[in-house]
Amino acid sequence: MKRSVQLLLALLAAFALAACSTTEPADDTTDTTVQQDDGSDAEAEALARQRAAEEAERQRIAALLENTTIYFDFDSDAIRSGDMELLEVHAKHIQATGKKVILEGHADERGTPEYNLALGERRAKSVAQLMRTYGVSGSQIEVISFGEESPANPGHTEQAWQENRRVEIKYQ
Amino acid sequence: MKHICKKLVVLWLGMMAYAANAEVQIYITEGRDDARPVAVVPFTFESESEVTVQPPHDFAQIIANDLERSGKFKPVELSELPQRPSQITDVDIDAWKELGVDGVVYGIVKETAPGKYMVSYDLIDPYNDKAVMESSIPSGSYPLVDQSFHLMVLKTKLVNNDNFRWAAHIAADEIYEALTGERGAFATQIAYVQVDRLAAKPYQLNVADSDGFNQTQVFTSKKPIMSPSWSPDAEKLAYVSFENGRSEIYVQTITTGQRELIASYKGFNSAPAWSPDGTKMAMVLSKDGNPELYVMDLATKKLTRLTRHYSIDTEPSWHPDGKSLIFTSDRGGKPQIYRVSLAGGDAERVTFEGRYNAGAEFAPDGKSIVMVHQSNGNFHVAAQDIDTGNLTVLTKTSLDESLSVAPNSSMIIFSTVDGQQKVLSAVSMDGRFKARLPANVGEVKAPAWSPFIL
Repeated sequence: MKRSVQLLLALLAAFALAACSTTEPADDTTDTTVQQDDGSDAEAEALARQRAAEEAERQRIAALLENTTIYFDFDSDAIRSGDMELLEVHAKHIQATGKKVILEGHADERGTPEYNLALGERRAKSVAQLMRTYGVSGSQIEVISFGEESPANPGHTEQAWQENRRVEIKYQ
Repeated sequence: MKHICKKLVVLWLGMMAYAANAEVQIYITEGRDDARPVAVVPFTFESESEVTVQPPHDFAQIIANDLERSGKFKPVELSELPQRPSQITDVDIDAWKELGVDGVVYGIVKETAPGKYMVSYDLIDPYNDKAVMESSIPSGSYPLVDQSFHLMVLKTKLVNNDNFRWAAHIAADEIYEALTGERGAFATQIAYVQVDRLAAKPYQLNVADSDGFNQTQVFTSKKPIMSPSWSPDAEKLAYVSFENGRSEIYVQTITTGQRELIASYKGFNSAPAWSPDGTKMAMVLSKDGNPELYVMDLATKKLTRLTRHYSIDTEPSWHPDGKSLIFTSDRGGKPQIYRVSLAGGDAERVTFEGRYNAGAEFAPDGKSIVMVHQSNGNFHVAAQDIDTGNLTVLTKTSLDESLSVAPNSSMIIFSTVDGQQKVLSAVSMDGRFKARLPANVGEVKAPAWSPFIL
């Protein structure tokens, strides 16, 4: 239901633009593509599809941005391939908005607390490095490690350990 | 009636309940078959007072518990005692020989004024009738009776309510040393972090006596506290605090509470370790990009960098001679123990057995190192002999960490998980004796055994 309302709004916006034939920048949430005033139905439909796709993409990114934690293997700072897209989306968002983030590195309780403090930092730095390759400025990122001192799950099971081996992206 | 009470003599039964409970309880989970039998006779209590009917603590019981907790002694049940002497002239040597104990401790607690006590105690060896000659007991300080030749320890101390327990620990140290030839470590303290997630300030840095009694709060925080480390004079603790949002190193004087922030560099500040002479502190800083070992001169705060490697280098522990340190590094791919000289030069690898060795500590006698060692997926306490390189796994628990060795190198205290609770545990250097020390509230971790306290 929500989706069809958005589609209708997108169509209306498109027609309005087509009618005015201006190049005024539109709102962030709508497209800024300038439409030639030859507004046939087919083109309007194509445009609507494009808008819908863009809206879907916007929603996908918004959903990804909601997810601010990535997880690691034991004694590893390697970013899992499944998290690359998430980190790219965050990186582009940080870059686009100029926001600052704290990357909080954590470890599970296995091994020693001091080594795990270093491991937590290494995990956070591994994320920071990837974000920089996506164009985020180093000045926008702060890295803090909590080692095993601040578990997301205080349990002592494999499940708890996996939840605790993490980097949290905290927007400031 | 009043006159009878004037000189009240209470035979101490050792079964009385005391008000002061230990915040950290100690349970022996694995004893040794070869623990030596000793007898600790309940001390006689004498008081001039009409109101005091018992001393603040059971002096003899504290000694017996200390000896038992060393793993080397097994105090006999009170019901098996053939007699309950309180001075040498009362002792029936043959009765103790028949019982077959290596030592007999007995004594008297006299209240000399309200809250003031004179405590006299002896240790005798029933089998050695020349013991007194081998002891440091001055001739003339004991009655000239046959039994006196069996004396190994003969002491009289003045104590008060505040240092009563401590005096009993010192007595246990004297008795332990007389029986083993090794200095006792009962009159010592343990620093540890207690986490009570329901408290307003969940993180507490506490200090308690080696038996878990007399807990005092050193520092409390809303943010994590890590890695307490004692100064060699046992007057200060260095530790890591996250109170400002990230890890920084503080030094706090225990008695005054005075704190000093000594390391707040960019990156993290961690793993403080006081040098044996107390003038320097090893620490791990990531200010130059990744974790490296540094030594700070505590007078000038000047840093000397000891390691240069892109890997993790952390957890420094000083050799007792203060000339080198061991540390954890994953420069070989997995964490292993390395050693570096304070004078400079390359680090050399020390551990080769197993895929994960970390958190190593030198035993104060310098003869071995203890570490967290992973085998079969579990993290155990292990000891490695410095000369032979032989590694022995000492525990069966699976999440051991934060090892600290008693100043007499007899015992290792560490943090582990028991069921679902994070607890402290202790194991003897040979792995044959084990004890568990759960807290009454929350979880306990990061134990640090104090140096000898003079």
